[in-house]
Amino acid sequence: MNNTRQAAKDIHISDNAGSSKDKEDGIYPVARLIVVFIYILLVVSFPVHGFYGLSGLAGMFLYLLANIIWYQVSIKALLRRIFPIFLLTVLAGSAGLIMDREIYFLYGQIPITYGMLSMAALILKGVFCVTASYILSVTASIMQICHALYIMHVPGEIVMVIMLMHRYLIVLIKEAERMQQAYKLRAPGQKGLHFKVWGSFIGLLLLRSMDRAEEVYESMKLRGFCGVMQYSSFKGSKKASICYVLLWGIFLFILRVFPVFFIVGAIL
Amino acid sequence: MHMADALLTPAVAGAMYACSSAAAGYSVRKIRREDNEKKIPVMGVMGAFVFAAQMVNFTIPGTGSSGHLCGGMLLSAVIGPEAGFITMIAVLLVQGFLFADGGLLALGANIWNMAFYGCFIGGMVIWRHITGRKMSKKRIIAASMAGSIVSLQFGAFSVTLETLASGVTELPFAVFLAAMQPVHLAIGFVEGAVTAAVLVFIYETRPELLWNYKEDGQKESRLSYKQAVIVFAVVAAVTGGLLSLAASSDPDGLEWSVEKVAGTKELEAEGSIYSSAGIIQSFTALLPDYTWKNKSSVTGTMFSGIFGGIAVIAACTAACYIIRHLHRKKAKGQEDE
Repeated sequence: MNNTRQAAKDIHISDNAGSSKDKEDGIYPVARLIVVFIYILLVVSFPVHGFYGLSGLAGMFLYLLANIIWYQVSIKALLRRIFPIFLLTVLAGSAGLIMDREIYFLYGQIPITYGMLSMAALILKGVFCVTASYILSVTASIMQICHALYIMHVPGEIVMVIMLMHRYLIVLIKEAERMQQAYKLRAPGQKGLHFKVWGSFIGLLLLRSMDRAEEVYESMKLRGFCGVMQYSSFKGSKKASICYVLLWGIFLFILRVFPVFFIVGAIL
Repeated sequence: MHMADALLTPAVAGAMYACSSAAAGYSVRKIRREDNEKKIPVMGVMGAFVFAAQMVNFTIPGTGSSGHLCGGMLLSAVIGPEAGFITMIAVLLVQGFLFADGGLLALGANIWNMAFYGCFIGGMVIWRHITGRKMSKKRIIAASMAGSIVSLQFGAFSVTLETLASGVTELPFAVFLAAMQPVHLAIGFVEGAVTAAVLVFIYETRPELLWNYKEDGQKESRLSYKQAVIVFAVVAAVTGGLLSLAASSDPDGLEWSVEKVAGTKELEAEGSIYSSAGIIQSFTALLPDYTWKNKSSVTGTMFSGIFGGIAVIAACTAACYIIRHLHRKKAKGQEDE
């Protein structure tokens, strides 16, 4: 249950962060979503094999750097998020180390093989994509994400379920805590839940949460909810949002076509 | 099972988005037609439940890895496959957008691998088939176990295919498959056990909450023939289309053996019968060597995979109908006598 409580806390933090940031830049969340999507699309479009992919990918770091600085993203939390994908890409890329041993160049006495390059490219791809998603996640609230999905014509039913999930997660956690406390009081000295009651405990948690959810929904309806979420609280500039998408789009496209780091290096 | 963006190419990711969007479109239309307002809060709370359940990772003994529940099967058993599918999409969207868990580009693939199989194969086909006519504790346990294991095996297989079709790893197909399937078999057992425990509890306390439960003893009929054919046709088309991309260009076992013995992959046969058969085959073979005639391309290979799958299903269905027709005719003849 600790993980779930942490998740609810994370959602709460991102809600607060998102609502404070939108006041600063006035960019519509859908614009930020589009830019992140373009970024990921361009990153994964780099070839994994050979040196070209790796050299081009290095330049894509500039977008992440700018966003990390602008939104003051916590590096510690970012590294925690990146770690699992780093392990996964190392695992997926390690096959290249064994299968592709053709030497590309010698760095002193150390042979650099094509397999090594493809592994490095895969790791960079994985880390960059997760970082871009993470920056979006910590800077946009769930309301903003839903607003973006709504503008992108995602069916209302899906958006509605996301909004309700957000509300009911807290209901679920509170019910679980209440049940856990009741269990502890009835079974003093017992460590955790006995495996024999796992099924009934989870089942009961689900039934109680369903009842509570229905009550919450009824009260929402009594307060005038008619099945459509209101997004009027978000204020953003349409012009600024279009400029944001265009400028980042052009910049990312340049980074995709030209290996900027190497061109600058060659000039210097 | 959440796939990362780095493991997919834009083409494969786009194809999976298209497949998932089609399934989502169908599900949304079905829910709108049902117009059951009471289902919305249940979908929300079930989504929160599955979201919470997916955060609990359990260790798989002897493998050094861990897994988490998918939840598609549980959702389908409570709110139905279509509503379950929509709820799973919401769960995956929240995970992707708010927790960077599973890539945004890979979202289509994740929806397909985790939601489609769980809800439509596990829920619509297996759960409905086993518990449709008569619901009991034993049947619920059997349906939960079978549904969870089969849907996870399909999901893991799809992950392997999508990764190999993207060509980002040089891991051989057999090695990748051997790593994925057993781990997900173990996860399937755990998911099946948890799902069964929860569903049995609901069945004993408030059975009316289960999707296809009817109070008056009139249980819902099993999955219709048409629905089963549609579900399997979709799975065959996607699997065939993607599997064909990952197919090896090396000779198969027989060709390899022939090549070792005779020095050539295909033996030349002499005689008028063989040449006539060859001429007929050149006309009937629409997609020789699994690609377009006189042109080798990825689209040709994909098309041949999909076309082949549909042709096999059509042939099997036709054969079943013929057998049934003959059987009925025979029975009728016996009755007349």
